[in-house]
Amino acid sequence: MSNIVVDKSKVPWWVSNVIVPLVNLTLALLVSGLFIFIAGENPIEAVKLIIFGSFGYIQGFAYTLYYTTNFIFTGLAFAVAFHCRLFNIGGEGQAYIGGLGVFLVAINLSFLPIPIVWLLSICGAFLFGAAWAYIPAYLQSKRGSHVVITTIMFNFIASSLMIFLLVDVIRDTNQMAPHTVKLPEAIWLPSFEAFSGILGIKIRYSPLNLTFLLAIASLFFVWFLVWKTKWGYEMRAVGHNTQAAIYAGISPHKNIIIAMCISGGLAGLLGVNEILGVSHKIQAGFPAGYGFTGIAVALMGRNHPIGILPAAFLFGILYQGGSEVTFEMPNITRYMFVAVQGLIILFSGALENLFRPQIESFFVRRLNKEVNA
Amino acid sequence: MVSPILELTNINKSFGHVQANKNINLKINKGTIHGIIGENGAGKSTLMSIVFGLYQANSGSIKINGKEINLRSPRDSIVNGIGMVHQHFMLVENFTVLENIILGFEGETVFGEKLANAKKDLEKLCKTYNFNIDLDATIADLSVGFRQRVEILKSLYRGAEILILDEPTGVLTPQEVDELFKILRSLKDEGKTIVLITHKLIEIMDLTSEVSVMRQGEMVGHTKTKDTNKEQLAEMMVGRSVLLRVDKKEIKKGEVIFKVNNLSVKDDLDVARVKNINLEIRSGEILGIAGVTGNGQTELLEALSGIRKVESGNIQLFGEKISDQDNFLNPRMLKEKGLAHVPEDRQRMGLISDFKAHENLIFGYHDQEPFSKSAVLNSQEITEYSSKIMQEYDVRPNSPNLITSNFSGGNQQKIILSRELNENPKVLLVGQPTRGVDIGAIEFIHQRLIDMRDRGAAILLASVELDEILSLSDRIIVMFDGKIVGEKENKNVTDRELGLLMAGVA
Repeated sequence: MSNIVVDKSKVPWWVSNVIVPLVNLTLALLVSGLFIFIAGENPIEAVKLIIFGSFGYIQGFAYTLYYTTNFIFTGLAFAVAFHCRLFNIGGEGQAYIGGLGVFLVAINLSFLPIPIVWLLSICGAFLFGAAWAYIPAYLQSKRGSHVVITTIMFNFIASSLMIFLLVDVIRDTNQMAPHTVKLPEAIWLPSFEAFSGILGIKIRYSPLNLTFLLAIASLFFVWFLVWKTKWGYEMRAVGHNTQAAIYAGISPHKNIIIAMCISGGLAGLLGVNEILGVSHKIQAGFPAGYGFTGIAVALMGRNHPIGILPAAFLFGILYQGGSEVTFEMPNITRYMFVAVQGLIILFSGALENLFRPQIESFFVRRLNKEVNA
Repeated sequence: MVSPILELTNINKSFGHVQANKNINLKINKGTIHGIIGENGAGKSTLMSIVFGLYQANSGSIKINGKEINLRSPRDSIVNGIGMVHQHFMLVENFTVLENIILGFEGETVFGEKLANAKKDLEKLCKTYNFNIDLDATIADLSVGFRQRVEILKSLYRGAEILILDEPTGVLTPQEVDELFKILRSLKDEGKTIVLITHKLIEIMDLTSEVSVMRQGEMVGHTKTKDTNKEQLAEMMVGRSVLLRVDKKEIKKGEVIFKVNNLSVKDDLDVARVKNINLEIRSGEILGIAGVTGNGQTELLEALSGIRKVESGNIQLFGEKISDQDNFLNPRMLKEKGLAHVPEDRQRMGLISDFKAHENLIFGYHDQEPFSKSAVLNSQEITEYSSKIMQEYDVRPNSPNLITSNFSGGNQQKIILSRELNENPKVLLVGQPTRGVDIGAIEFIHQRLIDMRDRGAAILLASVELDEILSLSDRIIVMFDGKIVGEKENKNVTDRELGLLMAGVA
């Protein structure tokens, strides 16, 4: 059974890119349902709550899109590095440092015209995130230190560094908590509430803001970069076959650095959403695991922007709908949804190939039959 | 008539498009040392891996002592008395000799009596065959020669009657080789059967009583060692199949445009592979490098094409120094100067098999106009160019969007060739241009190379196919052990003459 050989060239793209992920996702959700059942709640009701919580009312939907924004950034970050066959596990730390970049630029340059402040803050987020990824990238390309190990360590370093800064250097000294002062209100990114007024809908509060559009633009940016520019081409060449890249005069060293810096920069953009868009200050631990979940988003989305968008949306639904469930169902805690995410990662990442050969060979046989008939 | 201890009938094995073993028949008699000789890639290792149960044959049968057996895994083979010593040892470095040998055959959960017995048995074995091994030594502390002995001892301890050794001397010093041969002879005297896989003629003549020759996946001859000689074996090994004749105009030699002075190159393990080589190529000339694989051709080509660092000496293109030990131009700069390179190993270096055909067709030229402008790839231009050039070089199927690994070997090679020849290079370095390529494509590729030469390019052709060297080259040099051991104008040279040089005999 383990020896099913499938001629990859005969597998239609929609089987490997749509059917297989859907089957894996369904399985993850079925097992999750089992967990919910064991916890003493009705899984069907839970699904209803998830759907209602994330789509049922406008404010909930806005929350879903806000989470989606963060997942797009971190998912793209992982995907870009992955095209150069680098496992950037450091999205969390790069996002954290990216947030520092946004804040420093925004607070120091707030006298400039507002759109310029926004633009420069975005650049700040990108550059700080990129800089934080540069060090592991350099160590990988020059010293051979594995990027998985170094980026994980850099998450801890980022966390410690930020705590130090938030306690001793940039803390709002009028209070004791480890966060900074708020940015001047004039330069906050317009939130969804402001737009909804124009559209004639009234909602109270939502964290969704203009950064969502930046996330959509980033999807286009990554698609263009990876498949339409010579940089993306060279990155993929290094990732697929380093020997061949050297033969063609493409420098692996340079491309590892470029891929990691772009990856770190994209993760850094999460800071724009969180700081310029939502909390308007740096709070300790604001990346809250988005960097890690981004890995799952990228894996589910097969490292392609077209896949990352729905995957990020799915995780958005789970985050938002999940918190709805925890309100309504006392037996389900927040951690249950961490487990659900874990199951999705397990089925769509680690067990990705569990059913792939069977599914692919099934379709190949079916389609061949049709051709012969 | 002795009945053979091991008999293979009609063994076939293919990997994808490549047929590694074609209808192999082989009989090995008990108590002999049987040599299997052939060039790298002739299918020797594949065949023996089938016997050892690592691979399963697509068809054919294996008999041991006249009884047909089904080998699904190495364990089946071990049970049937077959042992194999691989080119790369399968030992746990931080275990002791004893621990390595009993690995998988411990026979008890808590070490005690059985371990003590095993140790006693092994000590006896060591004495019988003069192994001279300390069973408590850690593998990591042992030299390569001793590690190999551990492998042999392991097989014997597991009851091997037939011992297969895959290129056992490749990693040994001459002294260690002598020691190994002593051990092998004493094993034979004790009635064990030994199968020796090698491409070194000297070892065959020294050690074996029978020899089988493989070439391109086929068994081309069996003979008693005493009835043959090195020359004859070399001929069989290199083969004399139909010589593909290529129409070739009289040479119009121009001036020297590519020159190599006292070049030495080391490989990744810091072993000298190219030793003080001098050569020059004129415009309009094909210089062929003949030699058995692994005699420095790979490293020479890599150094000449700017992939590998030069240890000493220098390389000159149009009289300008392009490489010496201090600095070297990278392949991209060399391309700009008119030097193109078709690498020996297309899977490892020439192509990215996961890329689409059109992406490979611009590989290395992707940052030049019209393929890209200010870093943005021009998809339309690339696709148009791709289908045009695929037409021109008869790449089938003509679908620029197909993933490259779905093309056959010959068509993959045409993709590389079209890419490298299209820029009309002044100097062309070509390694194994027709390896794993079907006959039709071979002719096509040869004709293209001749056209290039007639247009005045200087071509360096490295190939293990003697036919290819003889039919294309104007001048031939033979490499052996990193040195040039012979240079001939390609007039009245026989493959026999070259074969002897290649084997390091003459």
